[in-house]
Amino acid sequence: MTAKDLLPIALFAAVAALLPLFVTQNTWLNFAVFTLIICLAAQGWNILGGYGGQYSFGHAAFFGTAAYATAILQMRYGMNAYPAFAVGVAAASAVGAVIGFLSFRSGLRGSYFALVTLAFAEVFRVLANASEVTGGAAGILIKLDVRPANFQFDSRASFYWIALGLVTAALVVTRALERSRLGAQLVAVRENENAALALGVDALRVKLSAIALSAAITGAAGALYAQYFLYLDANIAYGTWISVEALLAPIIGGAGTVFGPVLGGVVLHGLSEFTKTLVGRIPGLDLVIFGVLLILVVRFPPREIPGLIRMWRARR
Amino acid sequence: MRSYPPEIIGEAVLNGLLTGAIYGLVALGLTLVYGVLHIINFAHGALLTLAMYAAFVAWKVFGLDPYVAILPLVPLFFALGYGVQRLVIMPASKGEDSNILLVTLGLSIVIENVMLAIFRSDTLSVQVPYAMEVVELGPMLLGFPRVVGFGVAFLVAAVLFVILTMTDTGRAIRAVAKERTGAALVGIDVKHIYAVTFGIGTACLAVAACLLLPFFYVNPRVGNAFVLVAFTIVVLGGMGSVPGALLGGLFIGVMESLSGLYFGESLGQIGIFLIFILVLLFRPTGLFGAKA
Amino acid sequence: MIEPDPAFLSVHSVSKRFGGLLAVSEASFTVKEGSITGLIGPNGAGKTTLFAIVSGFEKPTSGRVLWRGEEITGRPPHRLAQDGIARTFQIVQPFAGLSVRENIAVGAFLRHRRRADALAVAEQVAERVGLSAELDKPAAALTVAGRKRVELAKALATQPKLLLLDEVLAGLNPSEVRDIVPVVRAIRDGGITVFMIEHVMQAVMNLCEAVHVLAQGRIIAGGTPAEVVRDPAVIEAYLGHGAATRLASHA
Repeated sequence: MTAKDLLPIALFAAVAALLPLFVTQNTWLNFAVFTLIICLAAQGWNILGGYGGQYSFGHAAFFGTAAYATAILQMRYGMNAYPAFAVGVAAASAVGAVIGFLSFRSGLRGSYFALVTLAFAEVFRVLANASEVTGGAAGILIKLDVRPANFQFDSRASFYWIALGLVTAALVVTRALERSRLGAQLVAVRENENAALALGVDALRVKLSAIALSAAITGAAGALYAQYFLYLDANIAYGTWISVEALLAPIIGGAGTVFGPVLGGVVLHGLSEFTKTLVGRIPGLDLVIFGVLLILVVRFPPREIPGLIRMWRARR
Repeated sequence: MRSYPPEIIGEAVLNGLLTGAIYGLVALGLTLVYGVLHIINFAHGALLTLAMYAAFVAWKVFGLDPYVAILPLVPLFFALGYGVQRLVIMPASKGEDSNILLVTLGLSIVIENVMLAIFRSDTLSVQVPYAMEVVELGPMLLGFPRVVGFGVAFLVAAVLFVILTMTDTGRAIRAVAKERTGAALVGIDVKHIYAVTFGIGTACLAVAACLLLPFFYVNPRVGNAFVLVAFTIVVLGGMGSVPGALLGGLFIGVMESLSGLYFGESLGQIGIFLIFILVLLFRPTGLFGAKA
Repeated sequence: MIEPDPAFLSVHSVSKRFGGLLAVSEASFTVKEGSITGLIGPNGAGKTTLFAIVSGFEKPTSGRVLWRGEEITGRPPHRLAQDGIARTFQIVQPFAGLSVRENIAVGAFLRHRRRADALAVAEQVAERVGLSAELDKPAAALTVAGRKRVELAKALATQPKLLLLDEVLAGLNPSEVRDIVPVVRAIRDGGITVFMIEHVMQAVMNLCEAVHVLAQGRIIAGGTPAEVVRDPAVIEAYLGHGAATRLASHA
């Protein structure tokens, strides 16, 4: 990785870091933090789905595991929020490795991998909804105790910068992956698994590394969500909404590109806010738009925003 | 584990069979589409939700009994399925598995949330005079709407069987399922047959929706409860197999009913998901052809 | 009991059954180190299946494959690549989304962890197969001949000791064949043993020191190309029953 590789990421981080200086309303900062959390979850999906070509419909399993782990460790075991966050991320990564091992060893790909990940996430959701340690259907609250030592902050701007820091870190990780042996092998497996095997790529190991990394990043988004909103229930943590969000942003923004998930996340949520101000709050309307966009980008290639820009440039 | 008197267990088994038949009907549409088009339709659950709202509107606005609503809804949903395959899924798929995955997911998101925007997240149900009526079978009491559902589900399966084996279209469907290129060579319009099959699958959902509504509720996410169940049935019964879908449906219905009895409603669902995961992981080639 | 052959690669009584079809039946042969050895035979003889067994993509129903004295039967392809056996595919399999350079680098990453090293190896290999000018093109944009070269380069980049070429000349026009024949010879001269399935007989005669003939799953002949084409069993396998005697009577 060279300085040139990192420059766009540094530029993005620097510009985005200025936002709280201009936007001080809490509702807007809320929106910005939430969008960053989605972008982070989507960056996780992008590692496995975008670079690895394994489309998961169940990234909620990783988001929720980290979110619950960080909340439960703090509330039931009195752990400090920072190590709890780290354990949450590690737990998500472990869950990813296990699901990946079971699925990839069985040779599941394409729709079947999507189905099995969806089913795993649903199992987690039902379990979390029924179990005592997760607070069951009532959910779990992280006790409000606003101190930086507790990973709780007075100002939303602080959270915004932390979320931005994590998103930036994920961008750097993605760029490093692109420039690494693992990244090259992962893309090779996506493009043609047999050809990759013939070149000595241990496809199972490569996919396992990818899902573990992918789950860790999406897990970080989940743990951050818990820490920001301080409340979880099974439908939030393990709901299909987050699996869908994590997948939509990279697909719309450009799967298998460094900035795709961030671009997609910002465009989708920007669009949804815009329609809200235009026609008022109608439940589900934002997702209708997302769904239509998803169908359109698949129907009319180039599939994603960077592709559209390339096409537009080529025409001029 | 609690122990129950035999008539309670018997009743649970019978109720499971009754619900299972409707599950089978939902799975029938899915398995048919898979068997012929070789695609997994992630919008199947959302299309069921749509059908249930259609049946609800038919009752609420036009005063149609859900069983009567089957008559207009079946052709309507056949046309809808035909159009969706022809105008949305086929042009977007370009023969790629991942595209179909995303397009059918997109469809399900759109349908589910249009329903949410129109009807909000409230749970709705119809009031029909026979909702609470029971059929006595020895010491056991069975809900009348479930008994009707059971009978009609089998009737639909029989009709479908006749269509597939006795009519020209049915023979064309089976030809396409077996050997697409060969079918195209002898002059079968494969795109048309694909859309017809998708239409039949969607029409099955319309029937299932009308059978469910008298004893079930509808909300924008109701289809999700059925879709994983339907996938499980299809995997168990063998992708593309009509009798497999029905038998799988009955089996899953009984499983769900019994595990609900012993483990409680919410944990009961897990049994189904676990079966699904296990079958996918350990017998994917035999039943699904996943490695191909 | 057959003694382990001291040969470089040896295949002992290998059979492969797919359901009711016996694709390969009791095939035994060896490949000498430093040679270019051919595997020829009519269509459907089982050549590709035999290749798949040697390269680890299929497990034989019975029989053994030995590689430098060590049994490798059923070892998965990525481990065989590690051990020094690389293969190309008859239907070329480029990584469509990647450039030629990146395609070759995937092979080079097998023995080089660092990206800079892998890319450097990729460039060297590209030069050996005559792809230097195409390094930055997307692999999908190349002609058939270009893709065949990429296929060759990817395998070479794994720095193998044995290279299995599955019909690397098929689909090329005569002048393209003429261009690539010296490339294959240069690969062998660089110290890599070549074992190739080939249909283009002229190239086989030209390149190979030894040839094994497979027909209906069985090895029916082996020897130098000149010996093999005179073998009545081979003539019959290619041209049908009685062809050898008919040809002999015309002579």
